[in-house]
Amino acid sequence: MRQLITPRVIALFVGLFFVLAAVWGLFTGVSAVLGQGFLKEPTAEHEFHKYPEDAKFSFDGPLGRWDTRQLQRGLKVYDEVCAACHSLKYVAFRDLAALGLTEGQIKAYAAKKVVPGIDPVTGETTTRPGLPTDYFPSPYPNAVAAAAANNNAIPPDLSLMAKARHDGTNYLVSLLTGYTSQQGYKNKEGKVLLAEFPDTKTPPGLYFNPYFPNLNLAMAPPLTSEGQVTFDDGTRATVPQMAKDVAAFLTWTAEPQLVKRRQTGWAVMIFLLFATVLAYLSKQQIWSAVKPRKKDAARA
Amino acid sequence: MSFPWARQYEPKTALTKFLDEKLPLPRLVYNAVGAGYPVPRNLSYFWNFGVLAGFFLVLQIVTGVILAMHYAANAQVAFASVEHIMRDVNWGWMLRYAHANGASFFFIVVYIHIFRGLFYSSYKAPREMIWLLGVTIFLLMMATAFMGYVLPWGQMSFWGAKVITGLFGAIPLVGEPIQVWLLGGFAPDNAALNRFFSLHYLLPFVIAGCVILHIWALHIPGSSNPTGIEVKSESDTVPFHPYYTAKDGFGLGIALLLYCALLFFAPNALGHPDNYIEANPLSTPAHIVPEWYFWPFYAILRAFTADFFFIPAKLLGVIAMFGSILLWFFLPWLDRSPVRSGHYRPTFRKFFWFGLIPTMIVLFWAGGAPAEEPYVMLSQIATAYYFLHFLVILPIISSIERPEPLPTSITAAVLGSDGAEKEVVKGEAAAPLAV
Repeated sequence: MRQLITPRVIALFVGLFFVLAAVWGLFTGVSAVLGQGFLKEPTAEHEFHKYPEDAKFSFDGPLGRWDTRQLQRGLKVYDEVCAACHSLKYVAFRDLAALGLTEGQIKAYAAKKVVPGIDPVTGETTTRPGLPTDYFPSPYPNAVAAAAANNNAIPPDLSLMAKARHDGTNYLVSLLTGYTSQQGYKNKEGKVLLAEFPDTKTPPGLYFNPYFPNLNLAMAPPLTSEGQVTFDDGTRATVPQMAKDVAAFLTWTAEPQLVKRRQTGWAVMIFLLFATVLAYLSKQQIWSAVKPRKKDAARA
Repeated sequence: MSFPWARQYEPKTALTKFLDEKLPLPRLVYNAVGAGYPVPRNLSYFWNFGVLAGFFLVLQIVTGVILAMHYAANAQVAFASVEHIMRDVNWGWMLRYAHANGASFFFIVVYIHIFRGLFYSSYKAPREMIWLLGVTIFLLMMATAFMGYVLPWGQMSFWGAKVITGLFGAIPLVGEPIQVWLLGGFAPDNAALNRFFSLHYLLPFVIAGCVILHIWALHIPGSSNPTGIEVKSESDTVPFHPYYTAKDGFGLGIALLLYCALLFFAPNALGHPDNYIEANPLSTPAHIVPEWYFWPFYAILRAFTADFFFIPAKLLGVIAMFGSILLWFFLPWLDRSPVRSGHYRPTFRKFFWFGLIPTMIVLFWAGGAPAEEPYVMLSQIATAYYFLHFLVILPIISSIERPEPLPTSITAAVLGSDGAEKEVVKGEAAAPLAV
């Protein structure tokens, strides 16, 4: 009798229990599918959402570099368009040196911004011109004010946006240029959205954009007309150009060390490759004494 | 313990003689990873991963200690302090990416290390204790990694913490109080973040302690090897140094090349974009997924979708998820085949390559996918096979299988049938190099 209750017999029953429980789950799932087909109804988000298009940038690829003029143009787009609603709280004015701004330019740029401050005499909260050490100020005093001014949709901070979305840089370009009329909108297969899903008509206060995960977002199209921003370097400010430049700028704000990181990476990789080759050669030499030679192995 | 032919440490200088009398640390190193530790001569590159795991543990501790100097474990500022590290701390971005991707690589090398142990049944007598300590280390690693992922206080940090601690809520009667007690509140907040930080700093040193025991236990029988037969004579072994230090050096070079390629050129490839959004208890991400190294176990957790004999599906999933790892503790007693190496076990090999490995691939894939069909059904089939494999198939195979003939010795396996004849020559050549 004792022989029967060995650890392996216990294991057998424990194992069969889990197998049966998992198969029972599978069985209920399969019977649900047989009964009513796959429960997953096709959704408008699933069938009509578009993935970002590939926009080419100077910083693409392992050898990519920033185009500082593009970053400066992007800063201007952020400044004159996005900054009306979106903060950039992890970026300080001093960081703009990376865009090629001189110390004087940064000081002047910061001084144009109004940041919260404290009156040195009365101690009351007040505002003052920005200093290079200050961070980009938020357009709203607090989250409640931001929600109140935007139909309850708080505009997110943009500092990390390019990393906080899948394929973020391309996503930004596609989103900013992707606003379109919902009427007659078709997906790649030629299906018409409103014919397939008549209930998904964009509600008032939202805007249709197939690059946004649920197709309707609270942000009104921010870039609407050519020349909305005047670029200092004479580049024509078309909507795609502005979108691309601001996406480049926001990639920099999300990952300011991107180019430095890759340059460091190349130095590290070249060193490691050299060290690994040396390690391989020394390993070969040390082992040559005990390794059977090919000739021996063939004879064996 | 070691083999009788192990070289003995002889202090030569006045300093080493002094040390050997007062604190024989050089002797310890010599006997542990030096010329005084004879190791089977036929280890393949799969035997590099123990050393690699040790390297990544040290790397994680070093980068982690420095990151902790700049990080603030407070729900109000944690996210911003990580951005401070990324932007303002000298080489802070490199430290953080090294730590985040170091965790991934630690798991990669440990998974290969476990794979090696499973294929060559390294868990069998006389090495059961090494295996038990190894499984303990793996469990500690999982706990440490989970808590570490919470620290940046992004969306996935927060919701991951909520989901994982929510698992304890599945325990009948006491589940909910336990969950509240673990979190220090009803949802993850400052209390949870602080204790996770404290434990995330503590556990790596517990792991390091277990690693020392793991290596100590290893040095009693010595390493296993691809043939699975035990060392019989001096010609079966080479001294660890310089033979395996050199081989491990090369392996480390390859591992570092891959690791640095990821660290410097795609540091966010294995992360989730949502973790660059600050934690927001009011906004649930569309898909809550853990880090990739938890995916197989997450798939097992979600595979149990229906109540079974009055046991709620959620509780079943939780028991199965923990059970799927805990059952490894019993492997040395479940697999009773006297042959260790999978190379000489035809039936075992078939189930290993065509059963267990595809199952693990499916579990990895389904665990990272959203909880919808067909992923749920695939994970159910894979989960069923997983338990069947370890608890039913493996014990049965080990009683009925007819293993293939084993080589007479490690030397014979390396040199072929006339190895013994060459041994004289080789034995001389293998004599310690001047180092």
